[in-house]
Amino acid sequence: MSTVIDTQQTQIPAGTWQADPVHSGVGFAVKYLGVATFTGEVKGFEASLVDSRLTGTAWVSSIQVKDENLYGHLQGPEFFDAERHPELTFSGTDAGGGRFEGELTIKGITKPVTLEATVTGPVTDPYGNDRYGLAVTAVIDRTEFGLNWNNPLPGGGFALANDVTLTAELSLVKAA
Amino acid sequence: MRILAVSGSLRRGSHNTSLLRAAGELLPPTDELVLWDELRAVPPYDQDADGEPAPPAVASLREAVAGADAVLFATPEYNASIPGTLKNALDWASRPHATNPFRNKPVAVIGSSAGMFGAVWAQAELRKVLATMGARVVEAEVAVGHAADKFDEDGVLVDREIRAQLAETLATLLAELQPGLVAA
Repeated sequence: MSTVIDTQQTQIPAGTWQADPVHSGVGFAVKYLGVATFTGEVKGFEASLVDSRLTGTAWVSSIQVKDENLYGHLQGPEFFDAERHPELTFSGTDAGGGRFEGELTIKGITKPVTLEATVTGPVTDPYGNDRYGLAVTAVIDRTEFGLNWNNPLPGGGFALANDVTLTAELSLVKAA
Repeated sequence: MRILAVSGSLRRGSHNTSLLRAAGELLPPTDELVLWDELRAVPPYDQDADGEPAPPAVASLREAVAGADAVLFATPEYNASIPGTLKNALDWASRPHATNPFRNKPVAVIGSSAGMFGAVWAQAELRKVLATMGARVVEAEVAVGHAADKFDEDGVLVDREIRAQLAETLATLLAELQPGLVAA
């Protein structure tokens, strides 16, 4: 039987914490063709929580999708333009009530963003480390960051939604 | 800087080819414009033939694009779109999609037509195709309408305003190449 820590809260832990990259994940979800939600993962990232300031950097080249042509399209100027803007970054502070207010930078464009946060834990892991789970999410309009690609559908409307849900599920380990 | 110039017209006295030559004359001595003129030799796209070695004209286009800092297209307009020959060559060059030589390549599109609109619809279609291929399409347009009036019998551009627009387009294209714009 597994153990589930269900002490969910919105109190952001104090101190210095680093995301364990193997057991954390960063992803995005966006409606495609108006019916199903397309999801992708950003495999390479680092995140830390230091005195209630959450910072994170993710590498565009590490976006994981299931088709190499789609990967190429996402890396190109019509989407993230990885050649010129290889990183996605967020930096924000605990605003109380389970929110981080800060700035998100995509494709070199920086906009204010509020992340909704849920904290789970703490727990002591098998190696004696203190851990928290920190799940954050935000919905952004991709066109505000210069990701404007779309294609019209035969029956009207467009293929790709503008609203994109960003998520990060972080397994935070207390820094020694 | 080395700008590759591709004309969408095969016609011997093509105004679009003349427009590209006129653009080349506006470049500073440190930059050069090289005309790629093997469009006629590109075979119809056939996936069965899309392997190694590529047909010579296809290999030539891919190498020319890869070796250029930027590409300038001049297209005529056929039935509100680009010539099939040009689209065919781009279809060859676009494959494989994820690594094609147009990926991240700064490109600009200009055009001329015998009618009054200067191939604006064809230009828009060409920009769409190039963006889909992953090129860095700059926001610049030169639409030369009534082309026969804008060139002399030797194909030399005689319209001062178009010359200024060409210079502006080249400046926009070259600005796209400035290292200062590239993120660390």
